[in-house]
Amino acid sequence: MALPKRIIKETERLMAEPVPGITAVPHEENLRYFDVTVDGPSQSPYEGGTFKLELFLPDDYPMTPPKVRFLTKIYHPNIDRLGRICLDVLKSNWSPALQIRTILLSIQALLGAPNPDDPLANDVAQRWKEDQNAAIQTAREWTAQYAKV
Amino acid sequence: MDSDDEFHSGQSSDDFMIDDDSDTGLPEDDSDIDEVDIGFESQEKITKPGRKSYEVEFKVYSPQDIQSYQDKQIDEVSTILGQPPEITAILLRHMRWNKERLIEQYMDAQEQMLENVGLDQDIAGPPRIETKKNFMCDICCDDQPGLETFAMKCGHRFCVPCYKHYLSRKIKEEGEAARIRCPGEDCNRIVDSKSLDLLVATDLKERYQELLTRTYVDDKENLKWCPAPNCVYAVDCGVKQRDLLKIVPTVHCDCGHNFCFGCTLTDHQPAPCALVRKWLKKCEDDSETANWISANTKECPKCRSTIEKNGGCNHMTCRKCRHEFCWMCMGVWSEHGTSWYSCNRYEEKSGSDARDAQAKSRQSLERYLHYYNRYANHEQSAKLDKDIYIKTEKKMSQLQNSSGMSWIEVQFLEEASRALQQCRQTLKWTYAFAFYLARNNQTEIFEDNQKDLEMAVENLSEMFEKPVDQLAKLKVDMLDKTTYCNKRRVILLSDTADNLKAGKWEFNVELTG
Repeated sequence: MALPKRIIKETERLMAEPVPGITAVPHEENLRYFDVTVDGPSQSPYEGGTFKLELFLPDDYPMTPPKVRFLTKIYHPNIDRLGRICLDVLKSNWSPALQIRTILLSIQALLGAPNPDDPLANDVAQRWKEDQNAAIQTAREWTAQYAKV
Repeated sequence: MDSDDEFHSGQSSDDFMIDDDSDTGLPEDDSDIDEVDIGFESQEKITKPGRKSYEVEFKVYSPQDIQSYQDKQIDEVSTILGQPPEITAILLRHMRWNKERLIEQYMDAQEQMLENVGLDQDIAGPPRIETKKNFMCDICCDDQPGLETFAMKCGHRFCVPCYKHYLSRKIKEEGEAARIRCPGEDCNRIVDSKSLDLLVATDLKERYQELLTRTYVDDKENLKWCPAPNCVYAVDCGVKQRDLLKIVPTVHCDCGHNFCFGCTLTDHQPAPCALVRKWLKKCEDDSETANWISANTKECPKCRSTIEKNGGCNHMTCRKCRHEFCWMCMGVWSEHGTSWYSCNRYEEKSGSDARDAQAKSRQSLERYLHYYNRYANHEQSAKLDKDIYIKTEKKMSQLQNSSGMSWIEVQFLEEASRALQQCRQTLKWTYAFAFYLARNNQTEIFEDNQKDLEMAVENLSEMFEKPVDQLAKLKVDMLDKTTYCNKRRVILLSDTADNLKAGKWEFNVELTG
């Protein structure tokens, strides 16, 4: 199947004007599959870490949202052990006018603002609510251990 | 009468005084006739009262009814708000059809409200498809000249194929209708019906209307779809969720299905919804397991662990607490002395104590099984009723042929079969009800009622087994028994409903709505 114009344009733009702190490179053999890295936002427990993600554009994209998953282990109330992300714009609030770059920026923002009230990883969220300092400490340790290149 | 009234009101002059007088006699005559009618009704009421204490008021609506109610409400509010119907529809759906709250909030903060549903900009002019110069669609990135585009008042413009694709996906795959938003990023504007009409194909419009009607019923607390397969009716009933501990609102859909308006399960009178939920959960979890446990296991006399003996001798050592006992008499093993492997010490104290304790702990299990077996039995019999009904139909035609009875004359069989089904359904739930009932003065009356109904049902059920040639002779007897069954059912249901309303039942579990 020929690649839709939309995907070509988006890829071109991602290459030409990359977003600071984010990279997204399509696989040569499958242009719908992207290797992604996101830098942890400053002043967050993920600062200094570089997180790897995979991103896939389904056939119906952009009518359906891209599928995104963390590959790097991360301690975060909205990201589970398999790297799946709980984020409104990836689900019910997806709009076909959103793009790969906007989605990745949203994910980066999620790292800066965890939401333990809408958890995906229950144990992490629980700890985040009960003892935030300890949870943030663990997140820092995980970042140092898994997200440093 | 109406035309008469008009006729006279048109000629309300003094000249017709005499005529008027004679006319006033007419309505009196009418009212006399009415009274006679009431007399008939009240006579009937002795056997068949209008509404019994366990019945609730309800109405059944067809999809057309629902559509027209919806349209009527939209029109009504539309005039009050001074907004076109398609905008009013969005607002009403936004407020879950709470008319009063909508009008109130709209009057208080019109701008705010319109903004909330994404209707805050100028709302004049019908939606239309346009072509724009130098346009590129943000969804497909197509930018060829002459591309047809569409945007709602929010100005988020996309090409028509993308817009169509987006809408049909929402309707077909996500089943959305009332709350489809503009495809633009972060835009809360809801796609109104006029824009939708412009963009989607006819077959999708039908689906869209269907979904809209569905959200209308889903949004309103007093409306529920009949849960029967392929049934298109909705039922209107005023019983609120918070009333459900006091009342069991069984409604009868025009399709013939009887269901509870509170939880949409099949009719479960006399048991209230909360109890039904508990019971079904318990049966799902427990009944088979409990049966097996009861048949195959005993409990360790010391720690109450459930033990299955799957071989070996009677010398048991509990794996959990290491207690040693005899499987036969349940007594302590050390007291067995040398008579190992052949327990003949049944009367020994330690053994009988252990058995007593065992019996006590098994009591609750046995109690549950007692009620469950009766519940399941009536459920099973109710299922067999379907077969009986088919057989009944056959019997009816046989009877017509063999005895020369007319169709009307054999209707008693159908009536009897229907009574049987209904009574069994009720009986079934009396057992779940009884399981949770704590003993008080009312329970004995309840159990008597239950027993009477059960006997009546079994008597009638037995008659159904008789060969066809005897049935004709049994007609009167069968009619009597049918009436009796129905009467016993009414008595039982009235009694339980009255006590439920008055809060006189005591349950051995906490019921929460």
